[in-house]
Amino acid sequence: MVETIGIWIAAILTLGIFSFLYKDNPFYKFCESLFVGVSAGYWFATTFWQVMMPKLVDNLAAGRWIYIIGGIFGILMLLRLFPKIGWISRWSLALVVGTTAGLYFTRYLVSNGMVQTENTIMPIFVTGNLPQTIGNLVIVVGTFCGLVYFFFSKEHKGTFGGFAKVGIWFIMVSFGASFGYTVMSRMSLLLGRLDYLFGTWLGLIK
Amino acid sequence: MRKITISLLTIFLLTLFVNISFSQEEPLPPSEVKASDTPNDNGHSITVTWKLSPDDGAGKKNVVAYEILRSDNPEGEFEIRGVAPAGESRFDDKGAKEKTDKNYLPGHKNFYYKVRAKADKTFAESEVSNPAFAYGQWYHTGKTTVLIGVILFSAFALYFINLARKGKKLFVRPLAGIEAVDEAIGRATEMGKPILYIIGLGSADMIATIASFTILSRVAKKTAEYQTPILIPCYDSVVMAVAQETVRAAYLEAGRPDSYKEENIFFVTSMQFAYVAGVNGIMLRERPATNFYLGKFYAESLILAETGSVAGSIQISGTDEIAQIPFFIAATDYTLIGEELYAASAYLGKEPVLLGTLKAQDWGKALVIISLILGALAASFNFQFFLNLFRVQL
Repeated sequence: MVETIGIWIAAILTLGIFSFLYKDNPFYKFCESLFVGVSAGYWFATTFWQVMMPKLVDNLAAGRWIYIIGGIFGILMLLRLFPKIGWISRWSLALVVGTTAGLYFTRYLVSNGMVQTENTIMPIFVTGNLPQTIGNLVIVVGTFCGLVYFFFSKEHKGTFGGFAKVGIWFIMVSFGASFGYTVMSRMSLLLGRLDYLFGTWLGLIK
Repeated sequence: MRKITISLLTIFLLTLFVNISFSQEEPLPPSEVKASDTPNDNGHSITVTWKLSPDDGAGKKNVVAYEILRSDNPEGEFEIRGVAPAGESRFDDKGAKEKTDKNYLPGHKNFYYKVRAKADKTFAESEVSNPAFAYGQWYHTGKTTVLIGVILFSAFALYFINLARKGKKLFVRPLAGIEAVDEAIGRATEMGKPILYIIGLGSADMIATIASFTILSRVAKKTAEYQTPILIPCYDSVVMAVAQETVRAAYLEAGRPDSYKEENIFFVTSMQFAYVAGVNGIMLRERPATNFYLGKFYAESLILAETGSVAGSIQISGTDEIAQIPFFIAATDYTLIGEELYAASAYLGKEPVLLGTLKAQDWGKALVIISLILGALAASFNFQFFLNLFRVQL
């Protein structure tokens, strides 16, 4: 019985969200408010139990006092609630943005720079293997022209502009492929919901 | 014929007997067991190497695995720390760094190792190794190329930032999406409608989000000057706090601190599709004249951009999330592709630091192009050494 009620509520709320496809309406507004409110509450609860407790409280309880620093910066963030001393919360923000920017610097340099360059360095001519030669050539030329397109301190004119134009063509072709691939995954999401409505709810699909 | 059959049968039985007896016979032990600290780590790991047993892949061919044993006393009891397959002559005895962990391996404490060559039912143990202790290294030698890259890029950045500070004009090519910002804000002002600025689903530490803050600063300054309301629904509470600070500073810079409304920069929820439902509702009810989608976006990109399009808003988007860029290109008026998002912040800000960094990035790309060409030639002529220059030990 409880499960049936749950299925009905879920199905009606799904239809409520789908009703947005027609136009904005009170039913959608109700579902939207409910969705946002419940998810915000859920987020608060999961953050408390999955972040605050294991990462701060449990560590402090285990005597790992180094975590008190994170706790203090967290409390400083809450000072935003007091307008007169709210400026102190900027210290926490500066710490978050500054340290992680530094951490990402080397990470991006390795993953987007070193590793990609290493993977792109390949022989242009593979003796006795024409398809691979063509494949390697496309990768090398595509990478070269793509990089030229992303030069910002030089105007795209003349030969340089020509390379950049070839680069944007390569980029657009890859976006086209990516578009098709992602649309298929979105379709599977829609099919999942339709399966729920027609199968789990109405029982029309066995 | 009979004799031949008997002879063959005898040979077969003999071979079988030899094999059976060999597999049950004790193999020769591995030799030259050496223990040393595992390099390039934080300590808590010792590497053991040995010379394979003569019966591993040769001789009696009966070695199936090696068991690695450890003790803190060469004459004490040894415990099994791990198993290596036959043919393997190295084992990293990785321990935990937490004292409370039962697998804890303390640093700077001597340990002794033995390696046991295992046959089917028997085994043979090596001599005890030299003593070795684990200790952490300050410098990871496998990441020297990263260090060189960081030094090179930093040198470029410092050089160009210095040039920009001295007043040298550093050219940044115009970006269509950013050229349209002023026009989009002007349109909102004329229509008397708000601007909707969406920073995306990224956290405050993501580069796309940081770039978005810089653009937001510029957009907010313009909206302050034109007295156009700006709405910023946020997905992340820290992003919301940074966005509030950014907009507040921009309004102050524009000389309009009184026009700043903190309630216009608000937290919606941190659940992806609930956030989308909320923002879609805002789009259809507030009917903003201009929508900005700049930052980190995932599956919600097309839903947001499509709704914005239905609401008749002019839309400017930009993200470094490759899978989402095609959707933005299809559904918005202007799109900043990947790194253009970072460049846009420099282009708008015109600050020496941002301009210098952008110029340094271009030089970095030039180096990559040169490496690519030289590397392709080197690989074509089988000069594999060039590849090693880019190999990073992680």
